[in-house]
Amino acid sequence: MNILAELFGFFADPLRWSGAGGIPTRVLEHLWYTALALTIATAIALPIGLLIGHTGRGAFFAINIGNAARSFPSLGVLVLLVLLAGLGITPVLVALVVLGVPPIIASTYAGVRGVDPATIDAARGMGMTERGIVFKVELPIALPLILSGLRSAALQIVATATIAAYVALGGLGRYVIDGLAVRDFAEMLAGAVLVALLAIAIDVVFAIFGRLVVSDGLAGRGPRNSRPATESTTDQEYV
Amino acid sequence: MDWDWLTSNRALITDLLTQHVYLALVPVALGLALALPIGFLTARFARLYPPMLAASAVLYSIPSIALFIVFPGILGTQILDPINIVVALTIYAGALLVRSVADGLRSVSDQVRQSATAVGYERWRRVLKIELPIALPFIFAGLRFVTVANISMVSVGALIGIGGLGQLFTDGFQRSFFTPIIVGMVLSVLLALCADIAIVTTQRFLTPWTRAGRTT
Repeated sequence: MNILAELFGFFADPLRWSGAGGIPTRVLEHLWYTALALTIATAIALPIGLLIGHTGRGAFFAINIGNAARSFPSLGVLVLLVLLAGLGITPVLVALVVLGVPPIIASTYAGVRGVDPATIDAARGMGMTERGIVFKVELPIALPLILSGLRSAALQIVATATIAAYVALGGLGRYVIDGLAVRDFAEMLAGAVLVALLAIAIDVVFAIFGRLVVSDGLAGRGPRNSRPATESTTDQEYV
Repeated sequence: MDWDWLTSNRALITDLLTQHVYLALVPVALGLALALPIGFLTARFARLYPPMLAASAVLYSIPSIALFIVFPGILGTQILDPINIVVALTIYAGALLVRSVADGLRSVSDQVRQSATAVGYERWRRVLKIELPIALPFIFAGLRFVTVANISMVSVGALIGIGGLGQLFTDGFQRSFFTPIIVGMVLSVLLALCADIAIVTTQRFLTPWTRAGRTT
């Protein structure tokens, strides 16, 4: 495979590893857009998800808005905003946030709704405030689902952040766009491979993070009570 | 909005819309065709289920633009060949739908399976007449997700020159011309909406029992 040799050549070239257009810089730029967009999306979506999950009100509305937002083509949102607001990071962030919000709302809502009503009643009966119920009962129990929503939002954002390069920003999309402009297939492929590697790294980080923050009892890793034999055969995957 | 552009470019818009429908929906059909047998096998043999989940997650986490570009190298096709998009999106659709199919079939309770056997269903008839219908809500949920995702993902292909309605975005951007961008957005969202409605309607038609005694 000739193309593999060219790809290898791309990564072996020391010039690719330094400077403004170097791989480390591009990876950091890409991660920066992703992190920023994911943070904003979470700041918007998590409270909404918790609120509609807790009260049960506005769910139909929020879920449908979310579904509609999901069908918005990111590239269209991006070019439209750039034409309206000019080049810069804001249009990119808006396009990525639009992408990230729906999965986070949907999974947070589903997670909170899925909390056993008896558990919530028990918490209320013990005198917990509504605020306490949301943050100390519903949030921890819904955490596995919330994390899976954050994970899919992060993966979609990291993949789509490639389009930032189309509107003259950096990130790994630069290799794809620049490579296409001069028909340098190896460069395009290198960009694509790097994005895929980044996505897999993010996936792994989320898996590890999930293990750390999700309560042992919820994840079926409780050391105190051994689980009944019939249950131990079911998968403990919560994604 | 420049309505003149709209009328004078009707043929182009129709072409791009057709290409968009083709690029988005053919992969869903192919993905489903792949997912049904594989999902069936992973549901039947519990040992295959965890590796299938992992493989599906990894495949789904590869960015679409990466797949669009990698395939010409593997398949030996031209970079501008629409087949690349179809293959890439088929893999996505398949990866996601395998999970829906397997989860759906796994949701069939043993009592149901045993009752079906007891009243005389032999194996394949039981799978087709009992287990598959029970799995349908799962499969349709997956189909809805994949279809809407594909329709919006096709546009990204415009970055490498083939993206159905996405080409209206790049075209409008290069000329600082709003009309094609807005037309592309509206058609893309409408397409997703119509596809979703079509799937939901089919599901209602195929699974009338899920509505009995339920308010949603």
